[in-house]
Amino acid sequence: MADDLKIPLLEELEKGPWPSFVSDIKSMADKSEVAADLLRQLEKSYEDKRGYWKHGGLVGVLGYGGGVIGRYSALPEEFPGVSHFHTVRVNQPSGWVYTSKALNEIMDIWDEHGSGLTNMHGSTGDMVLLGTNTDELEPTFQALTQKGWDLGGSGSDMRTPSCCIGPARCEWACYDTMDLCYNLTQEYQDELHRPMFNYKFKIKMSGCPNDCVASQARSDMAIIGIWKDEIQIDKDAYAAYMKDGFNIKDLVVDMCPTGCITADENDIEIDDSNCVKCMHCIARLPKALAPGKERGATISLGAKAPIVEGALIAQNIIPFMEMEKPYEELHDLIERIWEFWDDHGKARERIGEFIERVSLATFLENTGLDPLPQMVQEPRDNPYIFYEEYYAEEDEEAASDE
Amino acid sequence: MAADVSIDQLADDMYEIVADSAGKKKLKAGDLTKAMTAKYGDAITRKDCKAAIKQLIDSGRCVYGYFGGSSIELPRTEGAANE
Ligand code: SF4
Ligand code: SF4
Repeated sequence: MADDLKIPLLEELEKGPWPSFVSDIKSMADKSEVAADLLRQLEKSYEDKRGYWKHGGLVGVLGYGGGVIGRYSALPEEFPGVSHFHTVRVNQPSGWVYTSKALNEIMDIWDEHGSGLTNMHGSTGDMVLLGTNTDELEPTFQALTQKGWDLGGSGSDMRTPSCCIGPARCEWACYDTMDLCYNLTQEYQDELHRPMFNYKFKIKMSGCPNDCVASQARSDMAIIGIWKDEIQIDKDAYAAYMKDGFNIKDLVVDMCPTGCITADENDIEIDDSNCVKCMHCIARLPKALAPGKERGATISLGAKAPIVEGALIAQNIIPFMEMEKPYEELHDLIERIWEFWDDHGKARERIGEFIERVSLATFLENTGLDPLPQMVQEPRDNPYIFYEEYYAEEDEEAASDE
Repeated sequence: MAADVSIDQLADDMYEIVADSAGKKKLKAGDLTKAMTAKYGDAITRKDCKAAIKQLIDSGRCVYGYFGGSSIELPRTEGAANE
């Protein structure tokens, strides 16, 4: 560790059972003045109870409006190592699957052009390369692209799409999340690199309702694998669980949120018409139960963290869509949503806030979607949808009464 | 693309708006598209506007900025930049 590194407040964060970013950065402080000054500046922030970063809003690479987050130190004389401390977001591979060779390439590039510090991964999903100066941005970009990497999104663009590992490892995947993630990344390169929206738009894909990428809470568009038909039951595997003394009543029957399972030591039956596809029974009895065979995805819109307005959880807009190549129906939906949001959204208004402001009814009408019962988020929640057909019928009735 | 309004023309018009707004108002891509639609109506499409913005950025005449939301601006050395 650098001899003159006095960071007693930060060292408090190393105590306790959890891994500490302070320990990680300290381990690099001997060979990197950037790492040492990063800790020193942060210690000063803790002492003075204020931040010392300035936003660099214009830094980037030629042609791209996203992928680089500019930061300058407000105290460059005191902490020259972090005078510039820009972050580079690198588009991660679908499902975060790398070879060690690929990771080594990235690390070599970052040791040469940046601080060597990384954050694997940022909340959007990208690999985050922390800390470089303005002059190194273009060379970093060139080195990355020569090895087949690209920058991810930032600012008011489509953020780097991310997905769970899906069918590569998981038998519950109801569609090929990795293929769709790659498809959307390629299809919307302009939207990813050239910010053109009112604000950010995140798309996350999970292969089943376990939602391992937390898309329902953390993306503007959550695409979650689902099935339409019955849960598949392997009776022999079920019998094996029972033979092993599995407590079916306490662990499954009583835990089903809609009480749609009837089971004892001899048999299990599921009333699929009342199943809300929470995955609980399947997760408990993975050898005996599996998602149905008619598979696709359900699409929800509007989750976000509390920045401009409060946090929102996503709202369902498409209960079921087949998710097969070339994904034309999905592309068409995404583009209709973008167009309406783009034309009528306010600056820094996420899609969830936009729908709340213009009303769900207006949003559906302008994106060509039909109102459906699945859009009612809570019991007694009135979405104020009025069917034109209903009024047409009323008018007809009134006319025939006359 | 309508024959009478070229991408170059759109890019020039957009550049003028960005230059006029410099230091006063941050313009988003959507603001430029709306301004062009107001000026040329159906003679242009959203795609044309995208192509014009691409040309402005790729040629280096304009750059993207980010201050809460993304904007399109003239290249300059920003106040926050350290030597
Ligand atoms: S979301 Fe479902 S399919 Fe994807 S990894 Fe998790 S459990 Fe498997
Ligand atoms: S998936 Fe959930 S709701 Fe459906 S049967 Fe199993 S436990 Fe019940």
